[in-house]
Amino acid sequence: MDQAVIAKKLTFAYPAQEEGKLALPVFEDLDLQIQQGSFVAILGRNGCGKSTLAKQFNAVLLPTGGSVYVYGLDTQDAALLLEVRRRVGMVFQNPDNQIVSNVVEEDVAFAPENLGVPPEEIRRRVDDALKTVGMYEKRESAPHLLSGGQKQRVAIAGVIAMEPSCVVLDEPTAMLDPQGRADVLDTVRRLNLERGVTVVLITHHMREAALADRVIVMEQGSIRADGTPEEVFSQVEMMRQAGLTVPDTVALLFALRERGYDLPLSAISSEDCAKALLSFLGGAAS
Amino acid sequence: MSVIETKGLRHIYSPGTPFEHVALDGVDFSAEAGEFIGLIGHTGSGKSTLIQHLNGLLKPSEGEVLFRGENIYKDKQFTHQLRFHVGLVFQYPEYQLFEETVYKDISFGPKNMGLDAEEIDRRVHEAAEFVELPESVLQMSPFDLSGGQKRRVAIAGVIAMEPEVLILDEPTAGLDPAGRENLLSNIRTYRDKMNATIIMVSHSMEEIAETVDRIYVMRQGKIAMSGTPRQVFDRAEELQPMGLAVPQITEVFTLLRNSGAQVPNVYTVDQALQAILQAKGGEAPC
Repeated sequence: MDQAVIAKKLTFAYPAQEEGKLALPVFEDLDLQIQQGSFVAILGRNGCGKSTLAKQFNAVLLPTGGSVYVYGLDTQDAALLLEVRRRVGMVFQNPDNQIVSNVVEEDVAFAPENLGVPPEEIRRRVDDALKTVGMYEKRESAPHLLSGGQKQRVAIAGVIAMEPSCVVLDEPTAMLDPQGRADVLDTVRRLNLERGVTVVLITHHMREAALADRVIVMEQGSIRADGTPEEVFSQVEMMRQAGLTVPDTVALLFALRERGYDLPLSAISSEDCAKALLSFLGGAAS
Repeated sequence: MSVIETKGLRHIYSPGTPFEHVALDGVDFSAEAGEFIGLIGHTGSGKSTLIQHLNGLLKPSEGEVLFRGENIYKDKQFTHQLRFHVGLVFQYPEYQLFEETVYKDISFGPKNMGLDAEEIDRRVHEAAEFVELPESVLQMSPFDLSGGQKRRVAIAGVIAMEPEVLILDEPTAGLDPAGRENLLSNIRTYRDKMNATIIMVSHSMEEIAETVDRIYVMRQGKIAMSGTPRQVFDRAEELQPMGLAVPQITEVFTLLRNSGAQVPNVYTVDQALQAILQAKGGEAPC
């Protein structure tokens, strides 16, 4: 199976205040593989190392021990740096920090221009990227007149225009209202389903993580849980110990189980939860 | 009597220019002592413009803002004092820390109030306690703290002025679930101890549903709805077109009712649990 990212015995420590020394490692001997085409959500408390890990995936940070391979490319090989960055795009929390131009389509063209892509090809990629995120109509607008959700979609378009194989999003919806959040998530999902782009989504919203096909829970630099949303979210007590929570649907089903009723903790989506509750209530009537 | 109130508030940005924009249009808002108010609305609906009027950062184009029944602009002294009575915590307030130590940063507000050293000291310690900052960090540089702790410092800096009205713009954005729950409970403690009015802007419907006494919904510069969480979330079909949503658990119960189940409308997990138990008819678990 093709792996988008392979971390082998990955160790990383930030530089300490004292010159030439390293602080305590954020993670040590971490092994992780992310399969090409998968949609992976990473959960964990503030400061658990999620963002630091994500930055290893496109060589913004480099291992201090062990190694990271992106599509087989060693991120520590300086000669491969550009290729690594082209393969893996990143989207951050605050859209205002990621937009560089005064016109939407110029902003989206920024990265392919830097990659030396020919002009006609840039045109094609920019139009294509803006259509993918549903912002083509706004291509001539000024980014500062857009809403947060729209700006974030422009930032994603900027990444798509590089035609990456993998996109890493670090809390892309933290600053957005419900509609903006839904639009961004929809874009991310379509990117994964329709284009086969590998998605790594870092989030604090359990409901967003439930959309992924794999959920990784990090705690103090190590992996506490790793599995499908159903497998991870059904471990309600573990999640709460890790300072996290579960979607409200699972919280309700769990509370009913605690009272001795047999309900499946795997009914995460609103629809599945309603179905489970319906058959539970139906059982009472018969 | 309302502690803080607006009457026919209207605000126009850049009047008389091509960028003229009516941000608030006839807003009547009021909050009582001890009330926890939630303010929700789509990006650009006027939430931030409204809260900036409440402590005199923006001046109304028309209408008035009343603090304890008096126009906040009745004289300069009153307007100046208002800033100490109505505390405003901006979005991502951790970016506004500036002092050498946490202690100095928190004491900045009380110092400006002209309090004596002893009183300032008492307030710094009390504010730190409210937000659960350990004594040991008071002499540290705020820039050496984690994001969550920095946010606590910033909020403590406003609480140290002991405002009767505390306004927070998305105080939990970017915090993990445990950090979020913690901060909300700190805010509740402050409300209970001081009988203060809390006004919180949030994009999380779950958080609003679990926390506040009353909700104002804004749309295009107007108050579109107001009432208890129950009254507001009962009108789900009106919220969606406003770019808002209902809590996930409310969604589940709507699905249940659509399938013919006899369950009431709920908006928190706890209510959902009680409703399901009741529908099951107190029957002993199998």
